Amino acid sequence: MVALTAAAALGAGLLTGCADDGEDPAGASSGGGDGGGRTTVTMGVFGVFGYRQAGLYDTYMQLHPDIRIKETSIERNENYYPQLLTHLGSGSGLADIQAVEVSNVNEVTTTQADKFIDLSKAKGVEKDTFLPWKWAQSTTKDGRTIGLGTDIGPMAICYRKDLFRRAGLPTDRKKVARLWAGDWRTYLATGKRYMRNAPRGTAFVDSAAGVYNAAVAGNARRYYNPGGEPVYQDSPAVKEAWRIATAAAKGKLTARLQQFQKTWDQAYANGRFATVSCPPWMLGYIKEKSGPKAEDQWDVAAAPRPGNWGGSFLTVPKAGRHTDEAVKLAAWLTAPEQQATLFRKQGSFPSSRAAYKLPQVAKARHPYFGDAPIGALFSAAAESIPTQVLGPKDSLIHQNITDVGLLQVDQQGKTADEGWKAAVRSIDNALDR
Amino acid sequence: MTALTAPRATAEERSRARRSRRYRRDLRWSPYALVAPFFLFFSAFGLFPLLYTGWASLHRVELTDPTHMEWAGLHNYSRLWEDDFFWNALRNTFTIGVISTVPQLLMALGLAHLLNYRLRGSMFFRVALLTPYATSVAAGTLVFVLLFGRDYGMVNWALGLAGLDAIDWQNGTWTSQLAVSTIVIWRWTGYNTLIYLAAMQAVPSDLYESAALDGASRWQQFRHVTIPSLRPTILFTVVVSTIGATQLFGEPLLFNGAAGATGGADHQYQTLGLYLYEQGWVNLHLGRASAIAWAMFLILLLIAAAHWLIGRRLRKSG
Repeated sequence: MVALTAAAALGAGLLTGCADDGEDPAGASSGGGDGGGRTTVTMGVFGVFGYRQAGLYDTYMQLHPDIRIKETSIERNENYYPQLLTHLGSGSGLADIQAVEVSNVNEVTTTQADKFIDLSKAKGVEKDTFLPWKWAQSTTKDGRTIGLGTDIGPMAICYRKDLFRRAGLPTDRKKVARLWAGDWRTYLATGKRYMRNAPRGTAFVDSAAGVYNAAVAGNARRYYNPGGEPVYQDSPAVKEAWRIATAAAKGKLTARLQQFQKTWDQAYANGRFATVSCPPWMLGYIKEKSGPKAEDQWDVAAAPRPGNWGGSFLTVPKAGRHTDEAVKLAAWLTAPEQQATLFRKQGSFPSSRAAYKLPQVAKARHPYFGDAPIGALFSAAAESIPTQVLGPKDSLIHQNITDVGLLQVDQQGKTADEGWKAAVRSIDNALDR
Repeated sequence: MTALTAPRATAEERSRARRSRRYRRDLRWSPYALVAPFFLFFSAFGLFPLLYTGWASLHRVELTDPTHMEWAGLHNYSRLWEDDFFWNALRNTFTIGVISTVPQLLMALGLAHLLNYRLRGSMFFRVALLTPYATSVAAGTLVFVLLFGRDYGMVNWALGLAGLDAIDWQNGTWTSQLAVSTIVIWRWTGYNTLIYLAAMQAVPSDLYESAALDGASRWQQFRHVTIPSLRPTILFTVVVSTIGATQLFGEPLLFNGAAGATGGADHQYQTLGLYLYEQGWVNLHLGRASAIAWAMFLILLLIAAAHWLIGRRLRKSG
């Protein structure tokens, strides 16, 4: 069976010329010992989790001299996740701890839970320290929790004070938040006010997809009903967010960009849009792309309604070599103190609500964003995010709405109706096995 | 004595016979042993995945549980008939293939003809032509994404200088396909040029001399001496380029930047390779992806058969 699975993966990969088998994280541990009686715990992650950079591995290894930690990272989750699935299917090649992104966590929890260790009763794990909605995301119906929350992405609105001033809008973050408090429609109305006196060549917001993403994220029910069926076509939250996003596009409030594309980066550098929905992990990106000449221009205000974007979990597969040690390490890395350290050093916002009371978070300010009290601001957002009904194909549905439907409306000049139909066709095709 | 020598002779004969039998067996079987490693590897990493993909294409299989296969018969193939996205991808693959292959080979032929003259620094030109081929797809495509950018791209900047409107390259069907084809042309023209050049240098020079004596111009020499001598080479490059065009993947994937395998908002430059990838690794439907893979394989077989027929006719007429 192992060989068959590997061959299935290889077969599909070979014909596209992209058989990306990556590194074998388990192989790197070479039996788990290095001769000195020490145990090597392997971590499989994607992108930059920042544990090493924040010195947390070193601290742990000092506290536990018999443990060594080895991390293997695959840059993009799109490549990491399919590989994790094939490894889970074959029960080999798994690291002792495997990270799972929030967009995949429901699929893993509903289809793969029996392959993971239940962490809810593990020593050192305290359920009450985590945000309840984060805890629920990796918990099965029968109450087994297979992933411990790392970071989250509660959203606020990052805005440019210089552009707001020139458009005749207030610039103080409290006053700005009041402009659109409670409702995304008032955000649209503010956008229209902005566009009336907008500085030449600028738009109110970067993209329709960004507006949709933020607006839909604040709802408890989006794409699935509690029975686990996809109901995105009739979901009131999706309809409302779609209306707001397409109204932004049709009202010419957007800079017609696509997030994380080169053109988006260039628009940051040239100050082409005044607002963007930003989780804490995006602050560093905005700072890097906007550069020193936009120093003190950006600020952060509360979103109309807070929603979550991004974040991850640490899981311990049963097929790992050192499951006991892995559970201990995962519990330690996600404990409030370590999450607070990670936030201070790397900017990953804690999913541990207990960490919000620690001074590293509570007193945190961001100098690039006008010394905005980001700790207090994002904690408040995180606490008011509802517990969501998730489904295994949430991210697939979401991605087709933003990257197909809304992109057609925003960039190709299609009507809202045409865009929606295109999105539905794409989603139906993607969901059909 | 005779009684003693006779058996010794026969022993010698027997051993000689044995040796020659071993020799013959060696002569007969060792070539197979020598090529065996290739075929072993081929059957492990080429044939087996190919057959297994065919087997998987007859099932519903999800990447979330790849060991659980549910028999589906020819369902994955019959649905391709009604799958608009598949036909769209096939059409895109074909148009991008034509837009990229035809100018590429024509340019390569012209460039090879120029390089075939005695030039100062011909070595430099030959190496320069091959550099795009040696550049990684990712690096090359990233540069082209910047060149074809809507707001700050060099191409639109040049169009602006010429007094023309900026073009949203990525969002138009033809413009995006042209942009993707440009990357392919840029990458492969030099490679084909060198192949043509090698073939041209094998053309005997007395053919040109006698043509010149008969008063043939350079153009006539190119048409009536060079092209006919290059026929098998041209056929070879056409076959290789067609296979490459059918499997086109990296350029359209990366042209979409961070947005993945959709091939644009309207799937306007989603190729078959990209659609296969989207079904298998984004939508996680291994069975459907396998059916697309086999459909691509069958299309390639059809193309190969067409090439073979054309080649046979060319040989006959030549």
